Amino acid sequence: MRPGRDPKLIADELPPLVPAEAGDDMAGETLWGDVVRAFWKNRAALAGVGVVTVIALMALGAPWFLRGDPYAIDLDLRHLPPSWDHWFGTDHYGRDLFTRVVHGARISLVIGLIPAFLSTVIGAVLGVVSGFYGGKTDFWIMRLADVVLAFPSLLLAMAIMYTLGASLFNIFIALSAVGWASTSRIVRSQTLSLREKDFVEAARALGVSRGKIVFRHILPNCLPSIVVVFTMSIPAAIMQEAGLSFLGVGAQPPTPSWGLLVSQGKEFIFSAPWEAILPGVAILLLVLAFNFMGDGLRDAIDPYMKD
Amino acid sequence: MDRGNAVLQVRNLRTEFATRRGIVPAVDGVSFEVFEGKVTGLVGESGCGKSVTALSILGLVTSPPGRVARGEILFEGRDLARMTPREMGAFRGRDLSMIFQEPMTSLNPVKTVGNQVGEPLRVHLGLSAREARRRAEEMLDLVGIPEPQLRYGAFPHQLSGGLRQRVMIAMALICSPKLLVADEPTTALDVTIQAQVLDLMMGLKNRLGTAIVLITHDLGVVAETCDDVYVMYAGHIVEQGDVYRLFERPGHPYTQGLLRCVPDASKPGRRGPLASIEGAVPLLTALPPGCRFAPRCPWAQELCHRQIPDLVAVGEGHLVRCWRAEEGGKP
Repeated sequence: MRPGRDPKLIADELPPLVPAEAGDDMAGETLWGDVVRAFWKNRAALAGVGVVTVIALMALGAPWFLRGDPYAIDLDLRHLPPSWDHWFGTDHYGRDLFTRVVHGARISLVIGLIPAFLSTVIGAVLGVVSGFYGGKTDFWIMRLADVVLAFPSLLLAMAIMYTLGASLFNIFIALSAVGWASTSRIVRSQTLSLREKDFVEAARALGVSRGKIVFRHILPNCLPSIVVVFTMSIPAAIMQEAGLSFLGVGAQPPTPSWGLLVSQGKEFIFSAPWEAILPGVAILLLVLAFNFMGDGLRDAIDPYMKD
Repeated sequence: MDRGNAVLQVRNLRTEFATRRGIVPAVDGVSFEVFEGKVTGLVGESGCGKSVTALSILGLVTSPPGRVARGEILFEGRDLARMTPREMGAFRGRDLSMIFQEPMTSLNPVKTVGNQVGEPLRVHLGLSAREARRRAEEMLDLVGIPEPQLRYGAFPHQLSGGLRQRVMIAMALICSPKLLVADEPTTALDVTIQAQVLDLMMGLKNRLGTAIVLITHDLGVVAETCDDVYVMYAGHIVEQGDVYRLFERPGHPYTQGLLRCVPDASKPGRRGPLASIEGAVPLLTALPPGCRFAPRCPWAQELCHRQIPDLVAVGEGHLVRCWRAEEGGKP
């Protein structure tokens, strides 16, 4: 065997740059395009989207399409059963329960979105840092997560609320503080496998700094599962807020929070059962709808998370 | 060897890995030089230390368990082995770059190829996103990717292996580095695509004046592309020389064995089993005391099993690590 070509000759000629092989088409779509298509085929997920949309529209439009005031007391109209005038009946102060439930949806949605968002962001950042840097950083972040997870989350949230005092803002803090831990574990475990990938080494070989590798290369790869975790933690946060308010450490009367409505309605569960049941059904519907959405999203994304 | 300016001088490099069975020297006393605009081949079987040598140059040896224990890696007079990770990061991707074996997994699946090609420009030269995009599109065009404006927004899974390796080459060369380390750049590609990619690399080398360290086990690739060749075996360099000399008068029994293993299509009458070198590369935890190739060497003598030979010159710039080098390795 001999050298096939004279290297000097190669050096002298500039070989025409061979265009790459033909036949590559752009048939494959982006991941999110595929996910959306799979999601739209899932009926339960679509129903979830429908219910959430209806509730969200009602909540947004409440001040305009409901003339009633959720705080308007009329002692002549106490404990009225559901009727055409009062779809959900009235409560022990004669306030229109439907108006209160619709206004309560605004609280539940805000409570669902903001702490879920905060805890997902905190969890994702801590998780990716923990998984990528390893060592002591990883140890301490994960031990902190263990501590948070070791507490029953409602109990921990209650303790925080007792300490900080009951207010909407403090509910955000309490729910974010208990919610980040599971997210961080999921993101960390994904990071552990991602950081061994060739493209991470390739990025290092191109001089990309570690911080940029973490946040520009690894974190975007975790995004599918982060989105799923976020969608799943919305109903959890709604439930927790309802729980806290039911137990008296969340929203305070006369705020029309759903948990509070159920709590106040339970006093009259035998004489006026709708006062507790209908707000409870509202919680059930919204949480169920979000869960269906989350499940659908997870199923749609799952096949892409395997490689 | 007076071949012009040495871009890279590796001197007595030793890279070890701490394992449960003790310290394993994956690269042991390796020295070589890479000259401006030349292609230097590192050849050897799997596990002989080629890739670890490459990673050592770029400072990418995972530590722990690995570390560059000894030696100098002089790049334009500066010792890369002594640099802090931050200093090293400024060099990587700008002055020296690397192409990996696996184009299928070396690109980030969730970022567009154009974004990735432009990344070194933004990181090292601080170019604006728009300017980086313009240059990335030019580079995609330069590496022979059709419709670069369209491909800029493509995701890696939309491209074939050959195109992805072109993208990798574009990424590695976009800052016009002085040295490119290519670790088996064509091994994962179809044979037909291999030649295209090699031609592309050689063409770009000539345009940009980049020196290349080409790591391969494929002697055909070496013959086509390399100027100087270093043959590695079990962490040692066993033979070095310019490509003609080495292919015509291989001095080390291992090099001779490798060359014999290449099937020769020009002798059609010959039938029978393909040639091979008996045995396997010794475990780095259980190296023989003498010449590392001695257990597999058909001409090993008593001395070979006892003492490690030095590299001795058998011709101009042609060095062989063999006790019987003067005999021409052929008794």
